[in-house]
Formats: sequence, C-alpha cells, structure tokens
Amino acid sequence: MRDVKSGCTRVLVCAGTCCVSGKAFVIIENFEKELAAAGILDIKVVKTGCFGLCSEGPIVLTQPDDYFYAKVSPQDVKEIVEEHFMQGRPVQRLLYKDASNGEALSLLEADFYKKQHKVALARCGVIDPEKIDDFIEQDGFKALEKALLTMTPGQVVEEIKNSGLRGRGGAGFPSGKKWEFTKNAAGEKKYVVCNGDEGDPGAFMDESILEGDPLSVVEAMAIAGYAIGANEGYIYVRAEYPLAIHRLKIALAQAKERGFLGKNILNSGFDFELSIRYGAGAFVCGEETALISSIEGRKGTPQLRPPYPAVKGLFGCPTLINNVETYANIGKIIMMGAEWFKAMGTAGSPGTKVFALAGNVKNIGLVEVPMGITLREIVYDIGQGIPDGRSFKAAQTGGPSGGCIPIEYIDTPIDYESLGEIGSMMGSGGLIVMDDSKCMVGIAKFFMQFMVEESCGKCAPCRLGLVRIYEALARITDGNGTMEDLQELEELAEMVSSLSFCALGQSAPNPLKTTLRYFKDEYLAHINEKRCPAGECEKLLNYEITSLCIGCRKCLKACPAAAIIGKVKEQHVIDKTKCIKCGACIESCAVKAIIRA
Amino acid sequence: MINIYINGQQRSILPGKTILEACKESGIHIPTFCYDERLKPEGSCRICVVELEDSHKLLPACTTEIAPEMRIATHSPLVMRMRKHLLEIMLSNHDISCLKCERAGNCLLQDYAYEYDVDIEKYRGRTRESAYLAENKFFELDQSKCISCGKCARICSQLQGNNVWAISNRGFETEVSTPFGIDMEEAGCVHCGNCVSICPVGALKPKKEHKFRAWEINEIQTTCSYCGVGCQMYLQVKDDKVVGVKPAYGKSNEGLLCVKGKFAFDFINHPQRLTTPLLRLADGELHSVSWEEALQLIADKTQEIKNTYGADAIMGLSSARVTNEENYLFMKYMRAVIGTNNLDHCARL
Amino acid sequence: MTNPLTDVKNADVIFVTGSNTTEAHPVLGSYVRQAKEKGKKLIVADPIKIPLAEIADVFLQIKPGTSLALSHGMLHIIFAEGLDDKAYIEQNTQGVEELKELVKKYTPEYTAEICGVEKADIIKAARMYAGASVSSILYCMGITQQVNGVNNVYGLSNLALASGNLGKPGSGVNPLRGQNNVQGACDMGALPDVFTAYRKVTDHNARKSFEDAWGVKLSGETGLTATEAIPAALEDKIKMFHIIGENPAVSDADSNHVKKALKKAFVVVQDIFLTETAEFADVVLPAACFAEKDGTFTNSERRVQRVRQAVAAKGQTDWQIIMQLMNLLGYKCHYDQAEDIFTEMRALTPSYAGITYGRIEENNGLCWPCPNEDHPGTPILHIEKPLKGKAEFKAVEWQPAQESLKTEYPVLLTTNRIQHHYHTRTMTAKTKAIDEYYPDCYVQINPADAATWNIANGEFVEIVSARGTVKVKAQIADSIKKGTASMPFHWPDGANVLTCAAELDPISKVPGLKLVGVSLRKI
Repeated sequence: MRDVKSGCTRVLVCAGTCCVSGKAFVIIENFEKELAAAGILDIKVVKTGCFGLCSEGPIVLTQPDDYFYAKVSPQDVKEIVEEHFMQGRPVQRLLYKDASNGEALSLLEADFYKKQHKVALARCGVIDPEKIDDFIEQDGFKALEKALLTMTPGQVVEEIKNSGLRGRGGAGFPSGKKWEFTKNAAGEKKYVVCNGDEGDPGAFMDESILEGDPLSVVEAMAIAGYAIGANEGYIYVRAEYPLAIHRLKIALAQAKERGFLGKNILNSGFDFELSIRYGAGAFVCGEETALISSIEGRKGTPQLRPPYPAVKGLFGCPTLINNVETYANIGKIIMMGAEWFKAMGTAGSPGTKVFALAGNVKNIGLVEVPMGITLREIVYDIGQGIPDGRSFKAAQTGGPSGGCIPIEYIDTPIDYESLGEIGSMMGSGGLIVMDDSKCMVGIAKFFMQFMVEESCGKCAPCRLGLVRIYEALARITDGNGTMEDLQELEELAEMVSSLSFCALGQSAPNPLKTTLRYFKDEYLAHINEKRCPAGECEKLLNYEITSLCIGCRKCLKACPAAAIIGKVKEQHVIDKTKCIKCGACIESCAVKAIIRA
Repeated sequence: MINIYINGQQRSILPGKTILEACKESGIHIPTFCYDERLKPEGSCRICVVELEDSHKLLPACTTEIAPEMRIATHSPLVMRMRKHLLEIMLSNHDISCLKCERAGNCLLQDYAYEYDVDIEKYRGRTRESAYLAENKFFELDQSKCISCGKCARICSQLQGNNVWAISNRGFETEVSTPFGIDMEEAGCVHCGNCVSICPVGALKPKKEHKFRAWEINEIQTTCSYCGVGCQMYLQVKDDKVVGVKPAYGKSNEGLLCVKGKFAFDFINHPQRLTTPLLRLADGELHSVSWEEALQLIADKTQEIKNTYGADAIMGLSSARVTNEENYLFMKYMRAVIGTNNLDHCARL
Repeated sequence: MTNPLTDVKNADVIFVTGSNTTEAHPVLGSYVRQAKEKGKKLIVADPIKIPLAEIADVFLQIKPGTSLALSHGMLHIIFAEGLDDKAYIEQNTQGVEELKELVKKYTPEYTAEICGVEKADIIKAARMYAGASVSSILYCMGITQQVNGVNNVYGLSNLALASGNLGKPGSGVNPLRGQNNVQGACDMGALPDVFTAYRKVTDHNARKSFEDAWGVKLSGETGLTATEAIPAALEDKIKMFHIIGENPAVSDADSNHVKKALKKAFVVVQDIFLTETAEFADVVLPAACFAEKDGTFTNSERRVQRVRQAVAAKGQTDWQIIMQLMNLLGYKCHYDQAEDIFTEMRALTPSYAGITYGRIEENNGLCWPCPNEDHPGTPILHIEKPLKGKAEFKAVEWQPAQESLKTEYPVLLTTNRIQHHYHTRTMTAKTKAIDEYYPDCYVQINPADAATWNIANGEFVEIVSARGTVKVKAQIADSIKKGTASMPFHWPDGANVLTCAAELDPISKVPGLKLVGVSLRKI
C-alpha cells in the first residue's frame, strides 16, 4: 500500500443530472482507475446526489480534509490523485474560491451554502444514493421504525399535523390535514401516491431528491401508508428523469430485500408495497387529479373536486397524494418532532423550502432555505447577485404560472401568504432572476407560450383564452399592438383566472397579470412608441450606423436583405424599409459602428 | 331543505343539489354547453358560472353543490361580462358561417351569442386546424363547428356504452375523434345517433335527404314503432313530411334512441308506399281499384266463405305493429262480426 | 316484463340469456352496459358470443336448445350450496321438493356435457346469480323460439323463485318483447284463446261480459294459432286469411309451406307496402303507418304510451278499414277517433280500466295493471307475493329437440337479428344507408369449421335443411360456436326457408326457429 499524505478517506463526486452531463461518471471511473493504479485502497469513491451549486459543477469533495473542487474535468482526476492524495498538495487551480479575495473555501464556508438549511436535502450530496447502507448509516429508516413500533397511526398523523408542514408541490395545503382526511375516509383499500411530476421548466428540486436520496421518499411513503391505512403506493415520476427512475428502482429493490417494504415490515405486522409509474411529460399531470387519471391509464386531465382524492382518488379509493419534497420532510419530523420543525421558518409556513435558483444570478443551483427568508437574501447572499454588472429587474417565483416580482418587493419574506399577496405564488419552488436586459412583455409571452403548450384542453377558458393572450402579446412585441390589445389582455387575464377548471388554468395568467401590474410602462412603450425598453424585442429594434463607420463594406456584404447602402470609406446607411433586423451587420462590424436601439 | 338566496330571492332546496339544479327548480335559466342531466357533470365549458355575492367568487353552477345561506347571483354584471368574453373566445375558434349552418335557429352557441350581445369578431387569431374527418353513411362531424363540450363522447361512453368517441390531442388542438382516428365502425359505432342528438351546435349533423330549418318544422311526440322498448321520440314534420327524428325523454328510453328510431324513418315518405287498394284480376295481376270496390269485395267474399264453410274457415292475423285500438277492433271484428276465435298475431315470431 | 326496462340498472347481477340485447333492444342493451360500468355483474348464456358476452363476468356459450338444462344445472348448485331463499320459497311457492329431486342429476359435469360449456362456469354463474342480493333475468326469442320454449321459461322462473328474485326493484324474469306492440296485441286479445286482459274465450263469464257489451253471441271454442292455420289452409280447412301488417311469407317458419298455404286461400292484406305476403293477396288495402295515426302502443314493460298522428295518412288507418268492413257485414258501429275505441276497450279490460289518453299524457305513459283512474299503474309485478297466489316450481326434464339429432343435418343453425334491420326489412330497407350497410343475407360460421369445410370468408355456401335450400355468403366469425351457425332472419329466401314449422312447442305453439338442423357446403 502506498503512503497517503493527505487526510482524505472519502472522495465524493456529485452525480446529479447537471454534473453527470459534465461527465461525472467518467470522473468517478477515472478516480477508481487512478486510485487502483496508484495502489491506494483506503480512499472510497462515493457517487452522491446533487450538492446544489450546479453552476460550479462537476463538483468533487474530499473528506474529512474538506477540500471543495469545482468545475472538475475527467482529465483533472489524475492530477488530484497524484498531487493531493499522494503528495498532500491539493490542486489549487481547481479549488472553489471566494469571489472577493480569491481564497479557497470549504463547502460550508461558501456563500452559497451559508444561509442554507438542509432538511429535505440533508442526505443529498452526502450519501451514495444507490447504497441502502449509506442511507441507514445516516439514520435512514429510523423514523419508520419509530412510527411502526412506538406510535399509533393516529399519533403519526397528529405529529405531521402539529408540525404545520404544508404541501411543497405548490398549493401549500396543510399536509397533516390531508393525512387526517385520508385516514378518516371510509374504504377498505387506500393508496399513497407520490407526485414526482415536476414540470416547471428549470425546476429540479424533486429530481434532485429522487436522485440524491430516493429512500427518504420510500421511507416517508411507508410511514404515510401506516398512518392512513394503506398497503399500496405509487411513485409517479416523469419519464424525462431517467437517473431518478434508475435510482428509485434500485432503492425499491434494496428496501424490499432488506424488509423495509413488503410483508410484515420490521415485524410490525404492517405490509406496504410501492411501485413506479411514469409520466409522459404533461405539465398538467402535476395536478393531483390529472396525475391520478394518468396512473389509472386514462388521459391526464384534471377531474372534478370534490370528491377530493382523500375521499375518492386512485381507482375510486381514498388516496393520499403528496409531492416528493413534502415526503422528504416526513422522516425528520417523525424523528425530531413537530416542535423542532416548527422552530424553522415562519409561523404560517414552518420549515424550509427548496428552490431551483436560475436566471441572471451568479450562483445557479439548488438551495434549501428556511421559510421567511427574503428574496434579497436569496438573490444577493446565496446567489451572489447579478452578474455582468447588470441590475436586478424582477424575480419570477412559482414556475411558469407564477408571478414576476419587481425590485420594490425584493424584501418580501418568502412564504405562502406573502407571495400570494404580491400576485405570485410559492409553486413548487422555481426561482428565476431577471436582470435589466429582460423585456417583461417578452417574459410574459414566453411563459404564456409554455402554458399554451401545456394546457390540457379540457376547459374552454384555458384552452382558448391562453392562445388569444399569447397572440395579443405577440402583436405587442412585434410592434403591432394597440391599446385595444391591452384592454383585451386585462379582460382575458381576468376571465381565464376566474373561469378555468383547475389551478393550472387559474394561475396561468399570473405572469401576464404581474407584469401588467408592475411593468405597465413597458407595455405602453411597446404599443405607443413601438419601442422595447429592454432592447430585446427583435421586431422593435432599429439598427443604425453611427459616424464611427469607416466604410469598409463588410456590413454591406453581410446583409442578407441588401438593406445597407454606401460608398467605400464613407459612412454607410441602413434602409429601414428593407432591414429584417437579423443583426448580421452588427456581428460583421469590426469597429462597433452599428448600434441597436 | 336548506335555505339559499338566488338573485336575492329566498329559496328552499333539497341538500345535495347543485346550483344549476336549484336554479332550474326556481325557474331561472343558466346557460350550459357541456351539461346534460343524464351525464356525470363535467364542468368543462364554464359558461354556467354564477357569482357568490359574499366573496364575488365565480363558480360553475353545474358542479357546485348548494350550501346553507349561499347567496347566488346568476346574472350579475361580473357574471354577464365573463360569459360574454367566454362566448367571444369560443366564437373566435368557430366557423361563423351560420347562414348555411345545419343548426341555424337551433344552436346553443347562436342563442347565447344573441342573448349576451357578443362582439362576434372581437378576438382574432388562429383557428384550430383539424385533419381528422369522421363520418359514416348516417352522420358526419364538422370540426370547424365543434366547441369541444365533449357531450358526444360522454353520451357514447356513459349511456350508450360504445366508447366510439375520444377527446384527443391537447390544449388548443383538442378535438373529438375516434381512438387514434380509426374508422367509426372499427371503433364500435352502431350508428345510434345519440351523439348527433346531444350535440349543442352544428358539429355532428345527420346527412339528410330533406333540408329544413328549425322554424319550419313541427315536432310531434310519439312512440317508436320498432322494438318493444317503446322509446319516445319527436317526429319532425315539414310540409306534411317526416324529415327527422329527435329523441324525447320517455320513461323507458331516457332520451336515447337506436339507429332505427333515429334514422329509419324514410319509409314513411317512400314512393313505394301503397296509396290505393289493389285487386287481383283474372290476369293474375294486382290492379288499382276504388276503396268502395275493394271493401265491398272483401265483405262479399268474407260473407260467402262464412256461409259456405262456416266462420271457422276464416283466419285473422292481427299485428304486433298496429295500435291497441286496432288490435281490439280487429279482435272484435273476428269474434263478434265474423264469429270465430281464429285470431292470432306474430307474437310467436 | 315483471319489471321496468330501466330497473335492470338496479340489479346487482343481470343474467342475459337468449337475448342479443344490444342488437335487438339497443336502448335496453345500453342500460345493461351502464349497469356493468357501475360495477354490476353480468352473466350471459347464449350460443353466440354476443356483444354483451364481451363484457360479461361469466359467459356460457351453450349449445342451442340447452337452456333448460343450464337452469337445472344452476339450480343444482343453488340447492346444494344452500343459496336458495328458503323464506321466499316457503311463503310464496309450491312444488320445490319435486324440483329439488329433479335437479339432483343435473350435476355440473352432467350439465356441462349437455350444454357444451365448462362446469366451473356453471358453478360461477349459479353462485353469482343466487348469491347477489338482487338479480334480474332478461330473456328473449333464444329462449322462447324453441320447441321446448315454455319449459325453458319454466327453467328461468324456477331460478328466480328459488332465489327470491321476484317482486322487488332490480329483480324479475323479464321477457323482452320483440315488436313495438306485441304486448298490446296480446293484451287486446289478438290471440285464439283469450279476449282482452287474457280472459279466456272458454270462460263463460268472460264471454258473457263481451256478449253483453257487443250485443252478439260469441264462440266458446279456442281458435287456431297462426302456426296451426298454415297447415290447416293446406288441408283446406282455412279458406281465407285476413292479414293486418304481417309478413308471414318471410317471418314464419318454413317459408315454402307458408307460401303454398297463402296461394290456396283467399287472402286480404292491409299493409303499408306491397310485402312478400301481399304479393300473394287477392285484395291489398293501403294502410296508414304509425306516423299517420293516433292510438296507443304497449311496450315490453307494459307501459301504455301514445302514438300521435304527425302527417296525413297515405292510406286509411287499420281501424277505419275494419270499422267499414264491420258495417258492410251488417254490424253497425261508428267511432270518430281512436280514443273512442280505447274508451270502449278499457271498460271491458280490467288491467286497462284506469288508463285514459289524458292520464297517459300526464304520466308520460302508464303501466298496467291500472284498475281505476286513481291507480298509479304497476311498474313492478308480484311485489311482496306472486299475483296469482303461490307460484309453482315446474319440474320438467330437459330433452333434446328432434332437429338436433339428425345425422344428415349435423350443423345446428340458429337465427338472429341485427341492429340496423327490423323484422322483414319492410321499413328499414327503405333507408338508403341501412340498405347500403346491410344489403344481403349471410351466414356466420366458426373459423375452425370454416377451415374443415374449406370455406373462405365471403364465399357462397349452400345450406340445406329438411325444408329447403338457401345460398348465401359465409362470414367467418369467432363469435360462433363450433358445430353451429347463425343467420339473420330478416331476408326473404333466407333463414325461414330452412326453419321447421312442423315441430311446435306443445303449449305455446311456437316453432323452433332458433334451432334448425342443416348441412352446409361451399358452392
């Protein structure tokens, strides 16, 4: 055996979907190869779930000496093994560093992690999600054991109710109440369902939990089954999450093999079986009744409520349906108690919430924060602010049907009620930051296009209204908008919100409504001045050649529409009637003489 | 009974009823497209929304159960405005060629467009383009008229039990089709036409020989003359001709009909109908004769056979197809006038 | 029917036998599907795998003519496993001991052998039918158009009585009447043995009341049935047929012999078209169709409903024609309208006494018995107890029909109906679309038989019975049991050329239309 100079015994490689796309599997393979070649046997390579700081991936962490490597490539592995592990000299160029002073930081010292508080994500990035022993080592199945062997089903429900946990899927309905309703519903057969149909673009909270700690969901569902009197459950996960499905399958097989699923779990007399169902990518299947329809093999469209799933759900039986992140909190609540949980967050929204932080912010990734934290803290402390010297314009929370929050409300605490008051919502935890280069009419149009595509078509207002909204927005961003369009948008937004069948339709106009509310001047500029203040709307842009022009003819040659005229060594001119606003001239200009405004 | 208030008027309604049912009971008309009392409520067209006066919330009347002391406004300014906008976006995706539409004068969309004073061309934009055509020899589907209320599919699956229609595609492209667009017959269509009868607009329409407008016809309720179910139906009459059949709500048929009741009425006006009595002459052929001549001949012949061979040489075959009155009278004729019990009908066959 | 048509939805178990409900009574067929959709159970026993068999919980593809044996087999299980309703039997029936004795030998093995089905399915059906809290039986011509048809009905009523499935919602023994007004024609006494309301012509009191009302002396001798009249005509005993709206030349068994009889006699036909039967007539009178007259029909559930004139009559109504003949033959009478006849009739008909046109209108139809004008009608018969006192179990041995035993005609042909056509197509073939979908007659055969006989789908075959020969196209269908064949009866020169009119049910005089021995070969 070779002498190991570093204090490292475990090397953790993030194998969340982001890092996998950055070749994390090759990195793992290389570590194993290099360690073997070097004869090092006492360093264990651990393939973990997501660390959260995706913008810095692939991430490698060493323990217990606690070095934090960012943006590692497979070629770097050899150097880490030789330099760090064998010589005790961590590879400086790969270490994650403080943006202000360039000092290398450990994971927990990084700003990104400082204000975070991990409950649902506690085991993500810590354990190998494909090894049940890792899970057990981190207190896995202790909660199930406690519930089955020391608590009555009623006590379990009571504990969840007391914790104040609210559904993390979007609506924020008190989870304990759902458990209680399902427990009290009459019916011999009952079901437990996990909603893993995370459809918001850019969201990967549930994906990361399923990839990083799938057994926490399995354990929670078994606890739920015990509490409400169900012996069967389904995990509904989108087929676009192959890694999550792969790890879930392993988790189910291992749990069954170890007797945490199946007959007579832990000799308690309680039986519980779990199976996986795949979603085909419809956003609306995140709506619980549509999801149930889909599991039943029918078209995924929302169904009438009442009866609620708690009374009449899957196959007509009482059904408890919670989302992945909600389940990921259950084990901790059972182990630590309702009081512990309530101590986090706010009175109305206890606990933590996982957000997928994305958009124009320096640190992009997955964050778990206590409820009540302000938007400013997330954007500026965890996210480290807006890059490229630009400024904050708005943040969109709640997924595609959430609202856009302007700078005036950046100090709003993040909880269910506060977000609702300013026209947005918690949703499942999407958080997109937009800088001042973003056109808010364009943003509304972008989300509306998504909603048009994802409308299931069941009810008339959503099926037809969203298309008309999109079309009016397109007219405005194309410079063809009128004040009548603005009037129509207000009317349609009100109609679709108040008449739609399900929450998806009812909330779909939110991006429109909030941008109309907070950024109306941008709409007016588009309509009255045919101008896009953010300079994003292609059709409203005008290209002009300034006096910097040296008459080199490059732009003239680049223009596909023959819209540029001018003599050699004289300032050229763009014929606006011919210009198709493609931007080819700007790219061709060597002296930056062409501007767009 | 629970107390509710509809447009300020106090009403006592049985618990468990929906707002729509309560309004119907109270004689208040609420517009609906997707609702039919025989079908499970769907709540998808949203035209039946009413306002709760306390919260100003809009709720679909067809799927919301009444609650004690509920205060409902069925035609408040907000409700009227929302229904109007909803109709306007529905019309924005509807072929408004009402002048030549089968259902002009008998179309819910047209009626409500008038009632709510809509701006027909208020919302512009793309319209659904459908490549799917459905037809058989009895009826056809015109997608450009379809408002996706889904009643055709629901009556076929919930009442008729054939599951021919499916709601396919998603969002704006949602349309009625057979599963995977297969032929209607392959999808199990038995041509009962119940989907045609329930369609509120001009999307599913019979292929008719005689055209008619809603205001040109009289509708007469009668009993179907085919099998023993005794379905109630309306014969639609124009210019003394039966030009169509519409189901009526009878106790034995609950508003359903089969292919025969709905479509097999052409025999009534058929050119081969007998119109004059026929008599077989010496040439062995049947020839037209007057009623007097024919009846007198039958009477004479009957009397002759009775006199020569006795009344029991005459056999009467009555009919399971004619009325009770006619069966009774023929029975009386055979027994009281001819004097025999040689009387039967095709009950055995 | 003992129970209303919609009442089938209240049954926990529906037993459909000898009825292709979705084809012959489509709207009722839909109710069965609705019930099934709501989780109710369905048992189907039929020689053909009918559409309802596809959704049945138990399907017994029995050999034609074995219904009685199946009923006995099911009763064997019901008694053996104590599934019988002892209290109901004790209070409301008689003759159970004799029946118990008889069905002892109908073990599942024995019954399975006769019926050609799995014994496990017989057991399952028996447990399902008798084990439910309420079960309904729907049956039709597959049961009655057999030479042992009455016994088949006894078998089914034994099942209902033994399990107490009578006189409550969702129960009953429900014969489906094939034609719009079969029920009414029977109620009106268009039968050789009864006046209205089934009062026997042989009953002196009944006769007396009609004699008083009509002012003439009446014959007390039971007359001939239609099936008896045909051979009687061939023997010169019947000299004249007066036929209203019937087409026996196509609809009756053994068409060739029917036609011979019609040729011999003087024939008067009242009809709306020149039917195959009218072709044999000496006088044809054009009649009004249902859309051209007022009156009433009585449907399968005994509901009397109105027929209303919508258009002017092409000919004359049948009652106007008969009224004129009555007068010409010296019986002076006059009715202004159909309602006058109804009023006269109900005065002589206890079960219709409380029904008036006005009340039919108000109640959307009324079910008889309705003895007086305050009576709400009787949708369900035999409530609390059977109408005529204690109901009798009938212990009758099953016997094979002669037709099934002829070695020269080894294939068992049964007849069927299709949804689009009605009876002899007189009316339905006039609708172009129907005629285009179903232009020609055909015979359906089992795929394995087709292979043995070397017949391909669509090829013409010759079918021969002791009565005659027909040539039709073959359709190969999985729904047909091996060794059997099925043919729709609607077409002339079709199924009824083959059927036998000689062997009749001894009580009902119904011929065995549903079981014909034939041989079959490719042309």
